[in-house]
Amino acid sequence: MNAAGFPLLSLITFLPLAGAAIIMSVRGDEAVVARNARWTALWTSLIVFLLSLILWARFDQSSAAFQFVEKVSWLPEFGVGYHMGVDGISVLFVLLSTALTPICILASWEAIETRVREYMVAFLILETMMVGMFAALDFIVFYVFFEAVLIPMFLIIGVWGGARRVYAAFKFFLYTLLGSVLMLLAILYLWYNAGTTDIPQLFEYQVPRAAQTWIFFAFLASFAVKVPMWPVHTWLPDAHVEAPTAGSVILAGVLLKMGAYGFLRFTLPLLPEASAAFAPLIFVLSVVAVVYTSLVALAQEDMKKLIAYSSVAHMGIVTIGIFTFNQQGLAGALFTMLAHGVVSGALFLCVGVLYDRVHSREIQRYGGVAAIMPSYGLVFLFFTMASVGLPGLANFVGEFLVIVGAWRVNPWVAFGAALGMILGAAYMLYLYRRVSFGKVTREDLRALLDLRPREYAVFAPLILLTLWMGVYPQSFLSFFEASVANLVARHEAALGAARLAGIQ
Amino acid sequence: MIWTLALPELALAVSGLIILAAGVIPKQDTFFPVSMACVGALLLAAVLVLGQGEGTALGGHYVADAFSNFMKVLAIGAAAVGILLSLDFNEKEGLARFEFPVLMLFATLGMMVMISANDLLALYLGLELLSLPLYVIAAFNRDSSRSAEAGLKYFVLGALASGLLLYGSSLVYGFAGTTNFDRLGEAFAEPHGISAGVIVGIVFVITGLAFKVSAVPFHMWTPDVYEGAPTPVTAFFASAPKVAAIALLARVLLGPFGDLVAQWQQVILLVSIGSMILGAFAAIGQRNLKRLMAYSSIGHVGYALMGLAVGSDIGLRGLLIYMAIYVFMNLGTFAVLVAMRRQGRAVEGVDDLAGLGRTDPVMAMWMAVFMFSMAGIPPLAGFFGKLYVFLAAVQGGFWTLAVVGVLTSVISAYYYLRIVKVMYFDAPIGSLDRAPASLTVVMAGTGLFTLLFALWPAPMLAAAQAAATALLG
Repeated sequence: MNAAGFPLLSLITFLPLAGAAIIMSVRGDEAVVARNARWTALWTSLIVFLLSLILWARFDQSSAAFQFVEKVSWLPEFGVGYHMGVDGISVLFVLLSTALTPICILASWEAIETRVREYMVAFLILETMMVGMFAALDFIVFYVFFEAVLIPMFLIIGVWGGARRVYAAFKFFLYTLLGSVLMLLAILYLWYNAGTTDIPQLFEYQVPRAAQTWIFFAFLASFAVKVPMWPVHTWLPDAHVEAPTAGSVILAGVLLKMGAYGFLRFTLPLLPEASAAFAPLIFVLSVVAVVYTSLVALAQEDMKKLIAYSSVAHMGIVTIGIFTFNQQGLAGALFTMLAHGVVSGALFLCVGVLYDRVHSREIQRYGGVAAIMPSYGLVFLFFTMASVGLPGLANFVGEFLVIVGAWRVNPWVAFGAALGMILGAAYMLYLYRRVSFGKVTREDLRALLDLRPREYAVFAPLILLTLWMGVYPQSFLSFFEASVANLVARHEAALGAARLAGIQ
Repeated sequence: MIWTLALPELALAVSGLIILAAGVIPKQDTFFPVSMACVGALLLAAVLVLGQGEGTALGGHYVADAFSNFMKVLAIGAAAVGILLSLDFNEKEGLARFEFPVLMLFATLGMMVMISANDLLALYLGLELLSLPLYVIAAFNRDSSRSAEAGLKYFVLGALASGLLLYGSSLVYGFAGTTNFDRLGEAFAEPHGISAGVIVGIVFVITGLAFKVSAVPFHMWTPDVYEGAPTPVTAFFASAPKVAAIALLARVLLGPFGDLVAQWQQVILLVSIGSMILGAFAAIGQRNLKRLMAYSSIGHVGYALMGLAVGSDIGLRGLLIYMAIYVFMNLGTFAVLVAMRRQGRAVEGVDDLAGLGRTDPVMAMWMAVFMFSMAGIPPLAGFFGKLYVFLAAVQGGFWTLAVVGVLTSVISAYYYLRIVKVMYFDAPIGSLDRAPASLTVVMAGTGLFTLLFALWPAPMLAAAQAAATALLG
């Protein structure tokens, strides 16, 4: 695919750093620097997005192999190399990251007033780390990007966050670091035993059964915190509530996908037997997450916290889908991840619109907003419906596929996932009713202005995407069909071989 | 007798004496030119080290190999940077006396002798040549009671450690009949060569060296001395002598006592775990940056010793890489600490950094880079240091060590993050004075290394590998 030998993926990954360098080099008074930082960041991220569209256009959907592969030796004698490439599982996440970044930058245009330069630099560095993580084909390189995400996110939450930002930033950082370092030990074990950290080569390596259990739990410690799965989800509501709007969007849109992506990329292919053995555990944790966090969401007084808990519930559906090990479940999980990235990102932006005007996230503070801001009411309703899983909008397809896949494994798991959808409708509609309908009880709300052109520009691509994903899901599903089929086939082959060995 | 092999040490000793004599004669202040001359002499020694041959000399007391070259270059570099850090500080604190850089030069000479020691006597000689100047420069600010206290404490405990080391050496000599490392190695290769007396002797030698690297449980002097000594001296203490003492520990344990690995492994293991745990927890409550860095250095020594505890060449390689990276980020951090002044007065509280992200973004950025690196967050250099020692622990099957290591690195991330938090999240309380050029150069140099190490790790890995192979054969 990479006929010209052009390092497209590296360019997409590291171009934001060039933008960050330009922003940092600008001198002048604060207004000039801020204006320059905003425009440079926007242009950089737009160019990166356009470049990533080449991936979309030139990606060979019929192949499960890694494409746009780049390989540079880095530590040859250790079997570690700078190896980049995307397959059907990762390519759309690269696009999701590059698409959400310009939207986030646009959404922060006026919301961020202090230290604009540092903010934009942090966001561009964050983009580099996200894209690099999804494109990395070497475990050490993956880990470097996976961990490095923490630095800009820590600063974004801590510097530009709300009242309890310090607590939230520390909790976010230390929680995820604790999970990751255990994974690091597992990586080192693999590195030592397989003699390489190259992911395609690692796929060929068969991890001994006894070691699989340990490695599985080491990976679980890292990925479960990132997803986040119940009961290690408690950092997420804090981080979401305190982060600035754009930070929440990236957190929900991309960072939560890193855990699920880790399961797909590493746990399933490398540890087939342990994955199969512990799938029931994941199902239990996921169903608890879906039901419990949905109930918690019903009781929230804070809009952002409510959506944060709904994220945990949606990600519970994703982890169910991943551990069904069948085509529908995996495809559904991937689709739900993408849909959730777009829709929950948009919901955080919706909250951000109100927050920018009223500076409150309390649900009690609002009421009758739809009457005052009709366009906003419509946009908010649209994304509420999408989050609920209305057929024709993004989330429905993915969740439906997950339930179908789960049914084939265990109807009770499917029931749990379906229960989550019903409860999801309850809390989202309850939220929407309290914010948008009813009488206007607060007089100051009457002065609110409806959406501005910039905000339309932020929401328009997200609305389009949500509709597109709902109406014609095949254009996304076709990307990962081959890769998922390959993953399923390999998983079954590995299990079959293990069973044969057991019989003998 | 081939004495030309020891040319770097001889050249450094001679130039040190010449500089000392030249510094005395003029009537006016000679601090700056003498400092520059000392840096020049150190650079000359480094060049000579790089061009040095291999072999033993001076009646088998002195050995030169890839291992000694690696550690010497590191120690000399750290010492030269240490002199640069003191230039501006000493002028402002009224410590600008020409003896200061000369003492550092002789301490460095002691380190080089230690690193190249191939005999228990040469080891002791080098150690004392290192220690005596250090006692003096710890108390260099003689009008300050804190500095005098630091010097005295360091002297009393250091003398005790030297005594233990000497006693251990004499036990080893008494039971093995030789002090030469090669001869000792031969003696212990035979099973009947090992007796209880030798093992007690080794434990005493380890104890003496553990004092010098401030590893738990021989760390008690560290926070007080680090806090009391002038900041550039602390920077020097935390980098160059540690390199030399760690190098010596590695050479002694893996060389002559290499066949006794089963005997000393448990000791190093416990020392390493204890240091990591203490370094992680004790630094949490510190309000003084120098004390905090003291505990942080104890923790880092714990990680480095993890590589030694494994006892393999991969472990030794991890140790060397860790020390090299640690020296860079540590000197960078101390460059920031030395630069911290408010209205001309040196300040050293964590809270004095408040709002630095706004008042001095460049310095704050470097400090944040060093802190994240010390916490071991990729893609910064500190992560790779940890990676290689953890890899060695995993390969050797030392899971307890590895798990304790990663968990303590998460705990210690808390206090490194707190410094970042103070710099970026808190409101500024008045700005710090502008850092002098010498310090910004050190910050930028070490900072760039820390930031960009990930791009070209191969040369340092190759050098460390060669050094490890040279020692283990």
